[in-house]
Amino acid sequence: MRQLKSLLMALTLVLFTSTSFAATLDDVKARGMLKCGSNTGLAGFGLPNDAGVWEGIDVDVCRAVAAAVFGDATKVEFVPTTSKVRFTVLQSGEIDMLSRNTTWTLQRDVELGLEFVGVNYYDGQGFMVPASLGVSSASELDGASVCIQVGTTTEMNLADYFSANGMSYEAVPVETNSEADAAYTAGRCDVYTTDASGLYASRAGYPDPSAHVVLPEIVSKEPLGPSVRHGDGAWADIVRWSLNAMIIAEEKGITSSNVDEMKNSKDPEVLRLLGVAQVGDTGAGYGQWLGLSDDWAYQIIKQVGNYSESFEKHIGPNTPINIQRGLNALYKDGGILYAPPFR
Amino acid sequence: MQNNFLRKLIFDEKIRSIVIQTLVIGFFALLVYSISQTTAYNLEKRGIGTGFEFLGMSAGYDISFSLIDFTSKDTHLRAYYVGVLNTLLVSICGIFLATILGFLVGIIRLSSNWLFRNIAYVYVEFTRNVPVLLQIILWYSILIHLPKIKKAIQFFEYFYLSNRGLYSPAPIFKEGFSVVTWSFILAIIFSFFLRKFLKNKQNQTGKQFPIFSIMSAIIIFTPVVFFYIMGMPLEFEHPILKGFNFKGGMVIRPEFAGMLLGLSIYTAAFISETVRSGIIAVSKGQREASQALGLKSSLVMRLIVIPQALRVIIPPLTSQYLNLTKNSSLGIAIGYSDLVHGFGGISLNQTGKAIEIMLIVMVTYLIMSLTISVLMNFYNRMVQFKGNA
Repeated sequence: MRQLKSLLMALTLVLFTSTSFAATLDDVKARGMLKCGSNTGLAGFGLPNDAGVWEGIDVDVCRAVAAAVFGDATKVEFVPTTSKVRFTVLQSGEIDMLSRNTTWTLQRDVELGLEFVGVNYYDGQGFMVPASLGVSSASELDGASVCIQVGTTTEMNLADYFSANGMSYEAVPVETNSEADAAYTAGRCDVYTTDASGLYASRAGYPDPSAHVVLPEIVSKEPLGPSVRHGDGAWADIVRWSLNAMIIAEEKGITSSNVDEMKNSKDPEVLRLLGVAQVGDTGAGYGQWLGLSDDWAYQIIKQVGNYSESFEKHIGPNTPINIQRGLNALYKDGGILYAPPFR
Repeated sequence: MQNNFLRKLIFDEKIRSIVIQTLVIGFFALLVYSISQTTAYNLEKRGIGTGFEFLGMSAGYDISFSLIDFTSKDTHLRAYYVGVLNTLLVSICGIFLATILGFLVGIIRLSSNWLFRNIAYVYVEFTRNVPVLLQIILWYSILIHLPKIKKAIQFFEYFYLSNRGLYSPAPIFKEGFSVVTWSFILAIIFSFFLRKFLKNKQNQTGKQFPIFSIMSAIIIFTPVVFFYIMGMPLEFEHPILKGFNFKGGMVIRPEFAGMLLGLSIYTAAFISETVRSGIIAVSKGQREASQALGLKSSLVMRLIVIPQALRVIIPPLTSQYLNLTKNSSLGIAIGYSDLVHGFGGISLNQTGKAIEIMLIVMVTYLIMSLTISVLMNFYNRMVQFKGNA
């Protein structure tokens, strides 16, 4: 079926002369709904909850954009995409943006006609094994059977890591996260490899999470972030600064609960962010540059929260996923999360 | 004059049909042209690179289930070959199994034994009414819930069954084994000439020979004799559990076995119905007449019924073979590295060349299907009545 879908996508490219894709913002406004490509289901990053409402830190980026555009974070239609069809779905215009643990690479950014607008999670590929194997390092995995979720940078990193260390392995390629979980827990493979975040998310769903260990080796850089179609810079700016607004909000200590009080802050950057300050004497705030209302960032923080709130709510140490901030802490807290100045 | 031409255009059947056909072809060419132009325009507009250069680029991923050597440093083109071979492997094995099983079940369904007949009936109705994808997934999940590798079931001393596949000793052909292989091939060729000779003799003299027994004896014993003469040039490498996996030996992976079981058992149900209809289509008089001539019931089946039934069976059988081949693309559901899964899946995602890769994959399936059709049509012509019978 996925084959069919990707074929249909290709067909739309083949058959129809495109209407202009330039003004995505206008299309989104006219539709009254943001169409956001999400994961098919990855706990903590993008997964519908019991009530069928999508949740996760990738999902929150979509909600932030909806809050910025409509002032309403719920005006998002999520389109679940597999790792294979995600780019085609975006290229063909079926979705307005893609926010599903997708690694930013040169080829994807340039040759596939996408535009990555930032990084919302710094990840790296890791390995998970059953604790009972007694393996403590990935360098002990010679000859193992490895489950890989296909259609990702993962299989290339895996091939590189094993050949660089002179080790052999049996590749067991599986299509989705849940199939990988099934094959791994059945013992079809000894090792499950994907982005470390994905391993934590999978492990949280196993009957006995403590029976599985994520090995210390991280074998790749996987900056995961939202992307849009190349060629509509104005739309890319909106998505980029929606994400930046969440990061700046954390940096400035603005949360969903104190955002109203912060409107009285003395910090000029806070005032610019929340739409209180005006651009010179134009009588309007900084939203005008993006074609949005002046309270766009206020709405993001009010309805979605800052980056830290999103992180702690979905994947932080107090959730079953249990991921430390690590690289994803703000630059001033020892991480590498850093947003350009809001001015 | 002009009037005359117009009149011809409308009323002359030959000219009229030429005009219409030209128009249709022209329209079709225009369509193809405009589609390709639109595609190129759309791709360029979206900044998506096109072209087939990616085929020469290194694939960057490994395929463990492969008939030819493949590492991550090989090209996407080679990954394509791996995929084609794996698709052919499961299709050919599947066609083989499905045909045998299908013929058996088809004949059993006409048996006079109530129990056998109804078991076959339940089998057919169950398998052909459940989607093949579900059956493949069912078989696969049964296979991966076999004992884990450390607890593999050992049998016949050197065979191990686990959820990572069936491990068996691998033959190692030593010097001189090619003589055995050649003797086998020559024995087959020789026995076919012998068969022709004996058939002629039977036609001339009426004397019957046990042709089948003679042929099998020649084909089996010749290579055996040569095997001993050459000093048994064959050894076995046994699988040994070492570290995470068995080392050495051969293995049938659960992904392959799941595909093979799912495809062949599903298709066999359809084939059995085809076979049954073919047999029923042979008129009762034929059977009665041959019985009246005193032929044994096995001979009635082999000499009278089956040859005539084949005329009815072959055309629908062809489409079952085509279905099986195309269904092999479902390998993606359980991670069997066929053409769609490897080249059409992983390579597609690595390179993002959806249109190019889909085109290649579709053309490949087209070629495979057409080849099967051509071969089956050829066979079909062979089994049709000849002359004015």
